[in-house]
Amino acid sequence: MTLFDARARTGAVAAINPVAKLAASALIAVPLILTLDVVSAAVALLLECVLFLFAGLGWREFWLRTWPVWLAAPLTAVTIALYGETSGEVYAEWFVVRISEGSLMLAGATFVRVLAIALPSVVLFVTVDPTDLADGLAQIVRLPARFVLGALAGMRMVGLFLDDWRALELARRARGVADRGRLRRFAGMAFALLVLSIRRGAKLATAMEARGFGAPGARTWARESRFGRREWVLIAVGAAISAIAIGAAVLAGTWNFILGPS
Amino acid sequence: MTGGVLGAPAAVEARGWGWRHASRRAWALTGVEFRIEPGERVLLLGASGAGKSTLLQGLAGVLGGDDEGESVGELLLDGTPATASRGRAGLVLQDPDSQVILARVGDDVAFGCENLGVARPEIWSRVRAALDAVGLDVPLDRPTKALSGGQKQRLALAGALAMRPGLLLLDEPTANLDPDGVVEVREAVGRVLDLTGATLVVVEHRVDVWLPLVDRVIVLGPAGVLADGAPDDVLGDRAGAGRTRLAEAGVWVPGIPPASPPPPARVPGETLLRAHDLAVERVRGVPVADGIDLTVAAGEALAVVGPNGAGKSTLGLTIAGLLPPAAGELRASDALADGVGPSPVRWRSRELLTRIGTVFQDPEHQLLAGTVREELEVGPRALGLDAAVTASRVDELLERLRLAPLARANPYTLSGGEKRRLTVAAALATAPRVLVLDEPTFGQDARTWAELVALLARLRDDGAAIVTITHDEAVVAALHARRFALPGREAGS
Repeated sequence: MTLFDARARTGAVAAINPVAKLAASALIAVPLILTLDVVSAAVALLLECVLFLFAGLGWREFWLRTWPVWLAAPLTAVTIALYGETSGEVYAEWFVVRISEGSLMLAGATFVRVLAIALPSVVLFVTVDPTDLADGLAQIVRLPARFVLGALAGMRMVGLFLDDWRALELARRARGVADRGRLRRFAGMAFALLVLSIRRGAKLATAMEARGFGAPGARTWARESRFGRREWVLIAVGAAISAIAIGAAVLAGTWNFILGPS
Repeated sequence: MTGGVLGAPAAVEARGWGWRHASRRAWALTGVEFRIEPGERVLLLGASGAGKSTLLQGLAGVLGGDDEGESVGELLLDGTPATASRGRAGLVLQDPDSQVILARVGDDVAFGCENLGVARPEIWSRVRAALDAVGLDVPLDRPTKALSGGQKQRLALAGALAMRPGLLLLDEPTANLDPDGVVEVREAVGRVLDLTGATLVVVEHRVDVWLPLVDRVIVLGPAGVLADGAPDDVLGDRAGAGRTRLAEAGVWVPGIPPASPPPPARVPGETLLRAHDLAVERVRGVPVADGIDLTVAAGEALAVVGPNGAGKSTLGLTIAGLLPPAAGELRASDALADGVGPSPVRWRSRELLTRIGTVFQDPEHQLLAGTVREELEVGPRALGLDAAVTASRVDELLERLRLAPLARANPYTLSGGEKRRLTVAAALATAPRVLVLDEPTFGQDARTWAELVALLARLRDDGAAIVTITHDEAVVAALHARRFALPGREAGS
């Protein structure tokens, strides 16, 4: 099982420790979030394309997993083109909409940026198994086991929530109250789901405690989370993509640090 | 030995023990007093609400601290308080779905060992030994969600076993399983006990399942232990009047079957629903059963039977007009449709009320209101009945289903049997001509069982069509129901 519930894959990246994938995605994303120029994002995106080739993802699956990103990016760009900060020549104006040279530039930069930040995260995480991630977070990052394992066990319940939701929907139809009042019914179902999930959570907690969860004394780990050369290489690749992208932007004179003076 | 499953059998002792949940005024248990020797196998009985589960959780040391409730007396494992004996007791609960902890079989079994700090190489040898002992022969990386109910229960048993407990605690471990699953789990438990010699305490309404395995029966009552002794002394002919008292309290006493209603008074009437070459699905594009031909007739009970996963519930929801057929057709006769078209799934929600009522497997899915009385008023109100008619119908149902004293209680706070009666009553409030019920007797004690069966038989004789999905052969027999068997699919397909 992976986060996206697909089969385990065999690409070079698939077997790498999820903690390294998390770190690499963060290294790529953080600098790109902090600047607003088109050059850094474009360079990063170009370099990432090379990374994707090693991710062990077929083309079909690549599009299947990333289509929301391809939808979100142009939508964000259009919004910014219409409402973004105005500067330079104004091409069109209608009510609060004002398309200008500046807003178009910004829109282009945003489009590339959304892709450059979101694509590597999605591609790296498609191959992450939640259990491996939890092992890594607890053994390598040393997050508290109680927290990590609680979240992991809780995640397994998401599938049950979907089943519950469907049953709640059908039950309301059976009780004769599904013809109108959609919003109110939705609120009622949300509340019922909350009650059900608290009950399930309480039962799960009892089951976990009965298996010694939270017992005093040191916990051991049945699966060793390894962190070796491959992991460091991936992190280095992430850092390199970031550094090259920032370097290119600074050289091109487009580096635009959002926290700095504008 | 490293790869084995041995832990020294534990002695259990309760000394005037009692427990009160923090949110309740009444004590769940008081004055519980017994001693169980190492290796004894005990069946723990008592009416609904006698505190059996609470006692098991107390023995497992998972009742929680002072903020969860208040305790008196002592509960000891090998002379040590149960709360300080983590890992000495292994607990298996009723609901297979809420005790699977991790996504892969091997990891799930290893979970308890990890928590107890067992060294890694030993964990895996224990995991394999535990899976062997319960006869769960699947790869360690098999996703836990792909297991059947019986397999999930055996997985939970393996998870408890890998901790090498001296005491096994089973809380209605087979209540949610089909007959094959019940046998599977009982045999696994028997094998484990023969192998480890562990002490056993099992709670179960269905006494006959566990009698071959236990050598002692303890009955809990409102004021502590009601009866305690060898199975024959407590449940057999030697028990005398105690036996009848137990049966009246809802225990399934062997040899005292709950009362069965008389056979149908009339031959079945007109056909109300007809399925032809019907295929059913819950998720679009994933049919779970197909080629179904059946009829539902007025004044007749139809029992849909078959193994877990055969698509019985999905068929029930489709017959009830809640799910669209995946293929083929389900037609309502003109008499049932009464002018709203032949396809039940196209009827409006309100139009279903007087035509087809549904009682879901999990009552909590269909509870809508803040009190029992309001819950019963939901249907009549949706039909637009006037207040006087509604009130008289609701009053009558409250009486008939022994819910009157609970009229102002919150439905969520009711016991399992009370919730079941409430959801049946809520469906009856609009007098549907067809009533579809999904496992109405699951996990019910003998008393509720008898009441439900009697009620359904009366509805049948009044001319309603009853469709019940069930694993319970006794229900099929008591209702003189026509059987419709769904074959089920090959495992793994």
